[in-house]
Amino acid sequence: IMCASAKYNTRGPALIPRMKTKHRIYYITLFSIVLLGLIATGMFQFWPHSIESSSDWTVEKRSVHDVPVVKLPADSPIPERGDLSCRMHTCFDVYRCGFNPKNKIKVYIYSLKKYVDEYGTLVSNTISREYNELLTAISDSEFYTDDVNRACLFVPSIDVLNQNALRIKETAQALAQLSRWDRGTNHLLFNMLPGGPPDYNTALDVPRDRALLAGGGFSTWTYRQGYDVSIPVYSPLSGEVDLPEGGPGPRRYFILSSQMALHPEYRLELEALQAENGESVLILDKCTNLSDGVPAVRKRCYKNQVFDYPQVLQESTFCVVLRGARLGQAVLSDVLQAGCVPVIIADSYILPFSEVLDWKRASVVIPEEKMPEMYSILQSIPQRQIEEMQRQARWFWEAYFRSMKAIALATLQIINDRIYPYAAISYEEWNDPPAVKWSSVSNPLFLPLIPPQSQGFTAVVLTYDRVESLFRVITEVSKVPSLSKLLVVWNNQNKNPPEDSLWPKIRVPLKVVRTAENKLSNRFFPYDEIETEAVLAIDDDIIMLTSDELQFGYEVWREFPDRLVGYPGRLHLWDHEMNKWKYESEWTNEVSMVLTGAAFYHKYFNYLYTYKMPGDIKNWVDAHMNCEDIAMNFLVANVTGKSVIKVTPRKKFKCPECTAIDGLSLDQTHMVERSECINKFASVFGTMPLKVVEHRADPVLYKDDFPEKLKSFPNIGSL
Amino acid sequence: MQTRKKYIFLTFLASWLLLFFFGGDQLRRFAFFSGRKAEARRNWPRWTDRSLLKSFADPEELQRDGDPALLSPRERRAAWLSVHKSSRCRMETCFDFSRCERHGFKVFTYPQERGQPISETYGKILSSIKRSRYHTPNPEEACLFILSIDTLDRDHLSGQYVRDVDEKIRGFPLWNGGRNHLIFNLYSGTWPSYTGELGFDIGQAMLAKASFDTQSFRPGFDVSIPLFSKDHPQRGGDRGWLYQDSVPPKKKYLLVFKGKRYLTGIGSGTRNALHHIHNGKDIISLTTCKHGKDWEKHKDTRCDKDNVDYERFDYQELLHNSTFCIVPRGRRLGSFRFLEALQAACIPVLLSDGWELPFAEVIDWGRAAVVGSERLLLQIPSAVRCIHPERVLAFQQQTQFLWDAYFSSVDKIVHTTLEIIRDRLSPHRSRSRFLWNALPGGLLVLPDFSTHLGDFPFYYLQQGYNPSEKFTAFIRVVSQAGSLSQPILRLIQAVSGSQYCAQIVVLWSCEKPPPPSGKWPQSAVPLTIIRGSGKLSERFFPFGAIQTDAVLSLDEDTSLSTSEVDFAFLVWRSFPERIVGFPTQSHFWDPEQGRWGYTSKRTNELSIVLTAAAFYHRYYHSLFTEYLPAGLRELVDGLAACEDILMNVLVAAVTKLPPIKVTQRKQHKEGVAQQAQCRDGAAGTPPPGQRSPSAPHSAPAKAKGTAGSRRFSQRQDCLDQLADWFGYMPLVSSQLRLDPVLFKDQVSVLRKKYPSLEK
Repeated sequence: IMCASAKYNTRGPALIPRMKTKHRIYYITLFSIVLLGLIATGMFQFWPHSIESSSDWTVEKRSVHDVPVVKLPADSPIPERGDLSCRMHTCFDVYRCGFNPKNKIKVYIYSLKKYVDEYGTLVSNTISREYNELLTAISDSEFYTDDVNRACLFVPSIDVLNQNALRIKETAQALAQLSRWDRGTNHLLFNMLPGGPPDYNTALDVPRDRALLAGGGFSTWTYRQGYDVSIPVYSPLSGEVDLPEGGPGPRRYFILSSQMALHPEYRLELEALQAENGESVLILDKCTNLSDGVPAVRKRCYKNQVFDYPQVLQESTFCVVLRGARLGQAVLSDVLQAGCVPVIIADSYILPFSEVLDWKRASVVIPEEKMPEMYSILQSIPQRQIEEMQRQARWFWEAYFRSMKAIALATLQIINDRIYPYAAISYEEWNDPPAVKWSSVSNPLFLPLIPPQSQGFTAVVLTYDRVESLFRVITEVSKVPSLSKLLVVWNNQNKNPPEDSLWPKIRVPLKVVRTAENKLSNRFFPYDEIETEAVLAIDDDIIMLTSDELQFGYEVWREFPDRLVGYPGRLHLWDHEMNKWKYESEWTNEVSMVLTGAAFYHKYFNYLYTYKMPGDIKNWVDAHMNCEDIAMNFLVANVTGKSVIKVTPRKKFKCPECTAIDGLSLDQTHMVERSECINKFASVFGTMPLKVVEHRADPVLYKDDFPEKLKSFPNIGSL
Repeated sequence: MQTRKKYIFLTFLASWLLLFFFGGDQLRRFAFFSGRKAEARRNWPRWTDRSLLKSFADPEELQRDGDPALLSPRERRAAWLSVHKSSRCRMETCFDFSRCERHGFKVFTYPQERGQPISETYGKILSSIKRSRYHTPNPEEACLFILSIDTLDRDHLSGQYVRDVDEKIRGFPLWNGGRNHLIFNLYSGTWPSYTGELGFDIGQAMLAKASFDTQSFRPGFDVSIPLFSKDHPQRGGDRGWLYQDSVPPKKKYLLVFKGKRYLTGIGSGTRNALHHIHNGKDIISLTTCKHGKDWEKHKDTRCDKDNVDYERFDYQELLHNSTFCIVPRGRRLGSFRFLEALQAACIPVLLSDGWELPFAEVIDWGRAAVVGSERLLLQIPSAVRCIHPERVLAFQQQTQFLWDAYFSSVDKIVHTTLEIIRDRLSPHRSRSRFLWNALPGGLLVLPDFSTHLGDFPFYYLQQGYNPSEKFTAFIRVVSQAGSLSQPILRLIQAVSGSQYCAQIVVLWSCEKPPPPSGKWPQSAVPLTIIRGSGKLSERFFPFGAIQTDAVLSLDEDTSLSTSEVDFAFLVWRSFPERIVGFPTQSHFWDPEQGRWGYTSKRTNELSIVLTAAAFYHRYYHSLFTEYLPAGLRELVDGLAACEDILMNVLVAAVTKLPPIKVTQRKQHKEGVAQQAQCRDGAAGTPPPGQRSPSAPHSAPAKAKGTAGSRRFSQRQDCLDQLADWFGYMPLVSSQLRLDPVLFKDQVSVLRKKYPSLEK
């Protein structure tokens, strides 16, 4: 439309002067059409619509009070009570979710209505601030769809967060008349305060048939494992009070109880603890003589002392979270926010998001019967672990408690993971705080396996045009007993490899791969021709390694299949003067890298190098024609967290930095370049993953006073 | 005219603009403006008055969630006991925790009655419990009770079905309504519905049952166990079939199934549909109709062709060569297939709706299996095709870890069941989910040692910790001399000279009292003396005096230099889960005698590092003392020089990796002879009761010859008996030794950090 009017404008001035009478008629006609169009639009706009099409399309600027009113006749149907036997495979319609490449469920939100009974009395508050935030979060998320026909999950806009704020029967009737209700199949209700006096049920009392319930305060008897989702009770204080992360470490009090309406029996037990252990236990209660205007919920008292709540929670190592009339308590959220380790005393309580969160790492659960032993139980926890629990508690709050959005998205993700289990989020992603995710490694080859010797290894020789030297390398390497295949990567596009007949005759298959471009990364491509796990990368000029040395290198690799096992070792050092990393090739007592001019490694790292190398490192290496080996060392160390293994004694290698015989200058530029690579890679990885060690691997009897002919690998370190 | 034109033009323009403002949204929806744009999504409205909305609950209401009219907590708990019984049982209502307080977690098995045959499998379960460190013969101190009646097969059509269980149980004085009892069951219900019916009243007993369905499973109370065959090994167990991490992790077939197709009855829905996904190329799904007596009666048109195809493939071959294996429900929810696929590293694709997966209370099956839905069978091929190769590789490795940690033997299955129950008794001293799902697995991690991951040798890399930077030198003294010998003085001096040494702990295992503190050499590090009892296994007792992660275990006559110690410690910091040390030995299979042998001769391999000079993590002291059953420690107390073999076997069983040898200045030889004297003195001739009953031929007194040869033959016995107890030979051989980087290289001695090691 914008385009249409603009087009007319540009043309306008040229047209108007030539306007004649017949043009005028033409214009008047056009004008009337437009006018009619306007009227029609207006009519359409303000005409009462059918329920389905009353979209929220035009109501962007509407008030909650203006939403349509729906009257519920007294005899409108009521859903069945919740079915305790419901599970995903019995009560959930997976066909609605379908298979999709993104593995995301689609969630539809019903539009907001105001429900009244026959007499025009409201059934409940239209919507609470929190429920509105929750629905907004869903609507803004990837899960949301506005197409009711594509939806897999339906979220009613009927607010049932607090059971006390609604009329049970009428709310149930309101649910039943939702357009896609169908016994509540695939409907998700959010409730934080279930039950009411006198028996305080632990799940929402509103009859809801097959609907899933995301509830705060489930007990093991009402929670349908794998169907319902246990959620926190949101604490609105989270939004009001900003508690900066306190950081782990000892705090003023050891145990703190801040709840106001504790049952007298619990309070007696807590006071007994306090009497026994003195000042390290602080039992707070409501304040009796607060001046007017001070909100009671923000203060706590002990005798005459007044404390700010929730700030006081940051003063304690452990904070007690006891059950009240309900199992779920908002104080849990405050406690986590304060980085205080919750001590949860509520038998049979299903902790929030317990399906995915490992609460043992963030809290202490104590059976009610054992309350008197609380102090000694908590004392037995090692300090280091307490610090981690504090960090973990804060992380849980930040990720899953702090806002209605966090609660909504975690709930949907849990349901999503059930429907697409093969794409589910891992334990680590749910539970590890960012600091741990950053400092830890998860080794892709984590199973301790010693690969069978019979498998052998594939030698990959990268070559350009040094045919003579290449042939010598081939001949030498072919003498190694465990060699199972030899792969020559011909990196010269201008020249054909020698004819078949010219190649050395060796006992294992020899394959030549021609590359499309002269790139160093071709050396690390996971060629299908490599059928063994072990790869020996070897330069076309490394002829000084003996067969024993290579065979021994392979045996060492078998014992460390997730590491780079190589011959010449190198070191990185921190240059204090220049404040950056430096490359070192001297005779040092330490190694942190091995050159891939002769190194064994797992084929998996070829795959990682080619497809998972972080940042632009791969292209950078190809452009600079240098440092592919350093990049490989970084990659492997970063993903495994382990050092390289250098094998066998040092010998004079024909290697890049050794070839520069004709003067120091070339040597030095080379070293500078290599140092730059280290600095570049360290900045791309965001860390220095290389590990420095002082050992190398030799055969058990190396240089021992023992008959040489009885040694498995006598020919080591010679030449 | 001009003004009118202008006027007309302006009105026209204005009307267009008006149209745009008011009707634009509507117009966009008309057909001629088809192709809705992405941003035109109807989102949840931003209400103008959203900030004025009331909170879902008053702050007061949230914080003062109490009702004085309610039952008191004590009354409520008492009321629960009567309400939450049988199918609503939970630990807090149906389990008597007080029974476990005095003596800890002890398990009593009812004595077997005469004339009461039990199946081979149940016999294995009972013997696993008897082999466990929790077993007690005394019902008074027991926390958990196991019946001697075979309850595994409760299909009353089966030959193993035991009749009149109710009656028998009522006769047990200890039954107590089933409280604190654990009942094992593999098969329940019968044709045609195969329900969870057991045919007797279990009262308040816990159920460890295979094929549990989620609806009858009492969470946190029952335990779901896997279905295993009667040939399942008692101990040890076969290893998994994954020998290599191939990349890309593809095998010949993507997805396979070979099994019965039920023509009627429960489970036939899924089994009847399986043939649909067969494509004859990478997805092989074969079914046969041949089972039961009257299959021909129900047979349909597919049967004959299917039966022919079925015979063309071998089940084992498919299992070995496929990436994914379909594990559908049988008549019951669980099947043997599940463990078979797990062992074969064939990622199980579960099609068994409502199955409470084995040990799902602690095992995260999402990492090792694809939990499919029976209703979405046809999506399975595309779903598994979409799984990323990296994830497939991780899945495969996880199947092997889980198989080996929890399933490969009856011992492991039963012990896992017991540990799960034990973890419930004190939630604050239990294993987190992480521990159960990471190597080396929950059984090998003792929460009594610590609940902090950083205190174990296994999680440094995964959690970003580092092993401690200091070590404790732990010297065992057994010589009868009342004074300190020269070697030990030299040793203390060398060790305390190490910059990494935090403390020295001396275990004084002689009858004579240790010299007064003034006689001990002055050293820079604190020295603690512990009086020992003289038992050989005592050197691996988790003494509280050991404060560091690393322990340097030494004999009094060991000779080491400071730089040897320094170098070995730095190597240990790279391999904190292994034993790193100096003198080594290697084991071998002696085919002539059909037993395991061991040699201290110098060979090209090593699999044992003597603990006379070795670094290892102090956690292994706890594992040695707490995890191994008392009988095994008694065995090593009775046999000379067996304790360090047991330690090596234990560490190898945990890590599946060989120990590490570091270079040593000179050979460790004369020490052995000296030790012998003292060891014999310390061990004496043990009373027969102290030895394992399975080792009658191992009494040292019977061995003739010198102390050396006697000890040697005992070592052979030792290794053989340990292999027997573990059910396999855990030791792994290594061909390498770690030396300093410049060891014996042709460079100036001045450049070398450890020149003295080359002498």
